[in-house]
Order: sequence, then C-alpha cells, then structure tokens
Amino acid sequence: MLELRGICRNFGGLAALSEVSFRAAAGEVTALIGPNGAGKSTLINCATGVDRPDAGEVLLGGIAITGQPAHRVAGLGVARTFQNLRLFPRLSVLDNVLCGLTVAAGRSLLGALLRPPALRDRERRLRLRALAALDRFNLTALADWPVGVLAYGDRKRVELARAVVGEPRLLLLDEPVAGLNATETAAVGAEIRRLRAQGYSVLLVEHDMELVMGVADRVVVLDGGRCIAQGTPAEVRRNPLVLEAYLGKTSLVA
Amino acid sequence: MTRRERFLYFFYLHRTGLTVSALTLALAVYPPLWGNPYLLGVTNQIALYAIVVLGLNLFIGYAGQISLGHAAFFALGAYGSALLSGEAGVTPWLALALAVLAASGVALLVGIPTLRLHGHYLAMATLGFNLVVYLVLMQWDKMTGGPSGYAGIQPLALGDFAFASDLRLHYLVWGVALLCLTLALNLVRSGVGRGLAAVAGDEVAAAACGVDTRAAKVKVFVLSAAFAALAGGLYAHGFGFVSPETFGIFASVDFVAMVVVGGLGSVWGSLFGVALLTCLPEWIDRFESYKEIVHGAILVGVLMFLPQGLVTGLVDLARVRLARWKARHA
Repeated sequence: MLELRGICRNFGGLAALSEVSFRAAAGEVTALIGPNGAGKSTLINCATGVDRPDAGEVLLGGIAITGQPAHRVAGLGVARTFQNLRLFPRLSVLDNVLCGLTVAAGRSLLGALLRPPALRDRERRLRLRALAALDRFNLTALADWPVGVLAYGDRKRVELARAVVGEPRLLLLDEPVAGLNATETAAVGAEIRRLRAQGYSVLLVEHDMELVMGVADRVVVLDGGRCIAQGTPAEVRRNPLVLEAYLGKTSLVA
Repeated sequence: MTRRERFLYFFYLHRTGLTVSALTLALAVYPPLWGNPYLLGVTNQIALYAIVVLGLNLFIGYAGQISLGHAAFFALGAYGSALLSGEAGVTPWLALALAVLAASGVALLVGIPTLRLHGHYLAMATLGFNLVVYLVLMQWDKMTGGPSGYAGIQPLALGDFAFASDLRLHYLVWGVALLCLTLALNLVRSGVGRGLAAVAGDEVAAAACGVDTRAAKVKVFVLSAAFAALAGGLYAHGFGFVSPETFGIFASVDFVAMVVVGGLGSVWGSLFGVALLTCLPEWIDRFESYKEIVHGAILVGVLMFLPQGLVTGLVDLARVRLARWKARHA
C-alpha cells in the first residue's frame, strides 16, 4: 500500500533520515519502531506531505505522491493520528469526528453557501457515519462535549475515531497508546486487531513493545535515521542490531 | 413518537430555518407598527454593519484569522459603486455588482500574499492595506472628493420605486442582511465550514483531514471582503453620501470589536455584537464623545472574562454544564 524508496531528509547538516526504504503491505499492520530520535516522526511527516523528503520516493498504491501537500495526500485516502494529539479543542466531539469526513463532504464554497438539497442529504449521511464511528469508539455519551474539556484517554479515542471515520486506505497511527494505562492500551490493541480484520492497512509508530509484538504483521526498526532491520516480530526480536539499539552495546543476549 | 415529541423534533430539526423565518417576520412587520425615522435609521445602520460583521466573523471567528482592514473593503464597495454610477454612468445595481466583484478581486490579490502571515503580522498587513485605501480616498480628490466626501449618489431603484426613504431602505438592507445571514448559516453547517473551524483549531491537523488550508483561508477572506463591499455599496446608495471618515482604521477596529463582543465563531452572536455596539452610543447621550474608550473597555472586559466573546462564551459554558449534567444523570 505504502512504499518508501530511499528517503533522505536533512535538517541543516544533520541527516535525520538516510536511505530509508520499506513497504507497508495492504491489509497488514506494519509497525515502525526505534529509540527516541531515530527519525520515526520525520519519516511519517515525509510520507504524509507535512514535510518533504530531500531525496527518495513515496508511493501510495504504486503511484508516486512524493512532495504532495498534506491535504492532497489525505484526499488520496491516508488518515493519521498525531503523537501529541491534534484535535480541534473548541469543536464538539461529533464535529471533530465530522472533520475526518472533510474529503467526502466536498469542497465547493459556493455549494456550501447555497446548501442545495443534495448537500443537505449528504450532510445527514455524513452525520450518521460520524455517529456510527462515535458508537464504535464508545464516545456516544460525549458527542456534544467540546473536546477541550475531555480526559486524555477520551481525546485519544476521539482522534482515532476522526482518523477511522473516513474509511482510509492507509491508517497511520503515531504512538496511539502513549500516555495510556494498561487497560486502555489493551483496548487500543484490540481495536487495531479489529481494524486489521476488517481489511484496513495500518502503519503503526509505537514505543510500546508489547503492543507492537502483539498486533504487527511486520516490524521495521529505525535507528539514527537508518532502517536497521525489518521482518516479522519474532525475527526482529532476535536481531542483534535491534537489541543493541534498544539495550546498548552489551554481550548479554536476551 | 407521540405527537408532542414529533412536534418538538420538527422544531429541533428545523431550528435554524425557523429562527431565521421568525426574525424575518419580525423585521417585516415592525416598521409599520413601531417604526419612526430615528429607530429606522439605527436599525438600518445595524443591518449594514451586520453584513460586514457576518463576513468578518467567518474570517476571524471561524477560520481563526485576523483582519484590521475590512473597512477598506467596505470603502471599495461604497466608493466603487458611487463612482461607477456617478462618473461612469453605470446603473446603480450594475455599479453595485461591479464594485463587489472588483473588491473581491482586490481581496484575492491582497489575500494570496498576506494570508501566509499569522497573528500580529497578518493584523499589521491588513491594517496597512486599510491605511493605503484611506489615503487614496483622501488624496485622490478629483475623483473621490477628498476629505469633504462624495455626494449626490443615486439611490437604488426598481423601476420608479427608489430605495430613498428610511422605510424603503429598511426592507432593502434587511433583505440583503438576512440573505447574508442565511448564506453564513449555510456555510458553517457544511463540511467547508467545519474545514474553516479546523483551520482555526490546528492547521496541521486540518491539512491531515484534507483541508487545503491556504486556499480555504483565501476563499473565506474573499467572501468576507465581498460581504463588506456589498454593505458599502448599499451604504453609498442608501445614504447618498460617502466620506473617508467612515472607512478609517477605527471603523475596522469597531468591526473587530463587534465580532469579538458578539462571539468568535457565532453567526447569531455577530448580530448581537453589531446591535449592542451600534445602540450603546444611542442609549447613552454623553457616550458619543467617549465612544472609543467605552468600546475599548468592553473589548478588554470581554477578552478577559469570556475570551470567546459574549454569546459564544456563554453558549460554550452552557454546553459544558449541560453535558456534565447529562453525564451525571445518565
């Protein structure tokens, strides 16, 4: 689904990413792991058009999308969540989720001003879809709340609902369980498995090894801006380079 | 559903349309019943400013941008329409339409470079634009009449029916104001409107949701300029006289004050803000000389205690209370 070929990104003289290549296959959960500062967020930003790689190619379903602006990448069916939650605090939970349907809602300003019956119908259908997404993430009771006053765990779920509601071709989850407790983490893990069962393609960036090993089909390991290993969770777990990156140089083998 | 529930649901479903209809009805019947020239003069002014502020609230309140230059678009509409009908011999309706188009074009040219700016920088850029327009109006006296203004503007007319008296003007300006109100309400209830609110909340997240943030900002800026120019044209043809005083930077600041007092991102709040700040000097006689001070004080007070504006702030408070109450009793 998503393929990265030789992505390089430099900030000044510092190479944040050098020659990173991997594929996130359709219908699979691909996890991207690595220690802090490994370049995971930069890679996600390059893949979604927030940032532009200095070299390399990003392909979505075989079509090059390198350097396309973020809204166009979103229009091609890539939805994402953010590491530090980026919600619209003044909007209600329902409106936040409806924002995830922006592409389906159309972009004609004139149409929006005149509100023809077709648009009215479409708005109602989108509302139903958003309500269904709220139901799925157990947020129905909070639908009218402004997001700014919600608890952290609820906000995380709102962001997930906003990303999923548009039925994206590729779902990018940037640390979906950061800051959540064990129960909430398990719930997110179950949700990711459910998404996979429904045929979604997921790219998961995560620190939580237990979650990654539990849900990922393939794991890609970044360290120092390079891709140091990839494979199934079991393969990666045994890879000495990975152990070194995570545990430091040591003679001990886990 | 029982009949009563069905009835209530109908009201809930059509609440916006019903409110607009009720307002329209009230405005249609009030002049023959209670209208006197003084009151009509005030409400006509409210209607004209409401058109500007409705547009400006879409730009400031919904899209989260700032403009201290909307009096300039008000001026372009007023002088453009006045000069086209007075000097070029175009009929007033056509002159009005052309002036609105021209002002929108100017907004596009101004908006594309300046809307890359944020916050203070955007405020300064739009303020500068307003100063430029103001200076042109003052200095280009061969055309604009300079500081003494431009008089003798033809009224708008349908055949022999000229919108010249306060009463006739009432129906014209409120007709247009209600139309603009409807357009604004339509916009904010659509995906495009939610996209604007998303841009105000977080541009990166808005782009990730598929909003073309730069285009959205330029579009709503042009739309708000078109509203302002339309109000300007109606002002010029309605009162028959325009002078630069009306279009200085203080007018722009007043417009922003109306948006903020009424409520950032509240279409109904805009009407309230305009009505409040237009009526205040009328209610208190001696207020006129201290207008700027009182406007400033109100602005500071609102920003300190209800930063979202009076209407939006109170509605938000009520919504949170209601949601908490519902959650407790669920």
